Amino acid sequence: MPEPVLFIMSHMPELLKGALVAVEITLLSMGVGLVLGLLVAFFRLYGSEPVKKAMYLYEWVLRGLPILVLLFIIYFGLPTVGINLGPFVSVIAGLGLRSSAYQAQVYRGAILSIETEQMEAGLSLGMSKFRTLMTVIVPQAVRLSLPGFTNEFTIVLKDSPLAYAVGIAEILKYGRDIIVMTFRPFEVYLACAVIYFILFHIFYFLFVKLSRKYDVPGFIKVD
Amino acid sequence: MPLLKVNDITKRFGKNTVLDGVSFDLDKGDVKVIIGPSGTGKSTLLRCINMLAPPEQGSIYLDGVEVTGSKTDLYVIRQKIGMVFQHFALFKHLRAIDNVMLGLLKVKKMSREEALKKAEYELDRVGLSGHTDKYPAELSGGQQQRVGIARALAMDPVLMLFDEPTSALDPELIGEVLQVMQDLAKSGMTMLCVTHEMGFAKSVASEIIFMESGHIIEQSPPSEMFTAPKNERTKSFLNKIAELYGGEGF
Repeated sequence: MPEPVLFIMSHMPELLKGALVAVEITLLSMGVGLVLGLLVAFFRLYGSEPVKKAMYLYEWVLRGLPILVLLFIIYFGLPTVGINLGPFVSVIAGLGLRSSAYQAQVYRGAILSIETEQMEAGLSLGMSKFRTLMTVIVPQAVRLSLPGFTNEFTIVLKDSPLAYAVGIAEILKYGRDIIVMTFRPFEVYLACAVIYFILFHIFYFLFVKLSRKYDVPGFIKVD
Repeated sequence: MPLLKVNDITKRFGKNTVLDGVSFDLDKGDVKVIIGPSGTGKSTLLRCINMLAPPEQGSIYLDGVEVTGSKTDLYVIRQKIGMVFQHFALFKHLRAIDNVMLGLLKVKKMSREEALKKAEYELDRVGLSGHTDKYPAELSGGQQQRVGIARALAMDPVLMLFDEPTSALDPELIGEVLQVMQDLAKSGMTMLCVTHEMGFAKSVASEIIFMESGHIIEQSPPSEMFTAPKNERTKSFLNKIAELYGGEGF
């Protein structure tokens, strides 16, 4: 086996440990984004006028900020007013908040694209609003949201190296530590790139599978 | 006692009065057709009857029960009123058979086998026994609308409301839907149809209701309405329809 490959293989345990952290950050941030995003979408659609405006403002601000600036405000700025979240929670908060603004748009678009007649048809059969929501609207909205959600997931995954900026040991940080000891940046950064690439495609593959499993003719697919 | 009694109902959307004191009756087994220019409140009238759009004033009785009453169980009332939508409104994520079964399972609480049997029967009745496993996107407009009719019929309604059931269809697909409606009328179903299919109106309706600007302008049997409309507005509207639809010389 060529020497550079052997060299990377010998450092693979650290890099994979970092990969695990990257996955944790992605999953948790997407979770935060999902819950907040659904709430924001819901209140922007069905809230009172001031609530709608507040939700609009929320999306407007978060979508307009560079993620690193947001991260630094949370990690370096908040402690000065007594809110010290620590590096890991700060990263989840930063990526999660930003993602919630984008996810809110995905869900709002999905719900808006379902015609009001779908609700009327459910009601006209004698179903309650809630039952129609759960059996008719949500299953359609989830399918309509999946491509946007997949997209957002991969963006968050690829933004997870920003955790490095606040000192979290993920792929890039471990890579940097290896370089400091070995002075072989090219091989190490290439190895990092390959790991991100593989992670991306593992998740993408899972989403395509999921999309196929629940595929219904007439709905948009992930592919 | 009429099966459906609509008594002086008024419906507003904001400042816009869409229905203004509309009254009419429908006896059991009766078929009435509502015609009139768009924006006249025809669809709103249907939505008032099953309380999708509750009227501000007036009362509606179905089978002697006040639909508009504050203590009425709307879920029970709506099961008795089948509704067919202009744009079909099939549940797009469900196969034809599941569209028909949903209400049976969730509202009528039937077992899966019972619901399946009933749904297959209803789809067969509208000539779609070969399409039960297809999704709405895989069906033609005419087939989708027939699934919509089967879905409504499966709940065993006492009254069927049709909201322009053929106006979103290509001309060559209209016939199959009208045929189903005609068969349904012959079987004794009570029907209230908003439609501009004058051939259908002539052959099955006992009365035509002409509406304009939220009012009923004229109400009479088709023979009378088409040959000697009393009102000037009715006359000019029927002439326009005749021009558009190739005219049957009303």
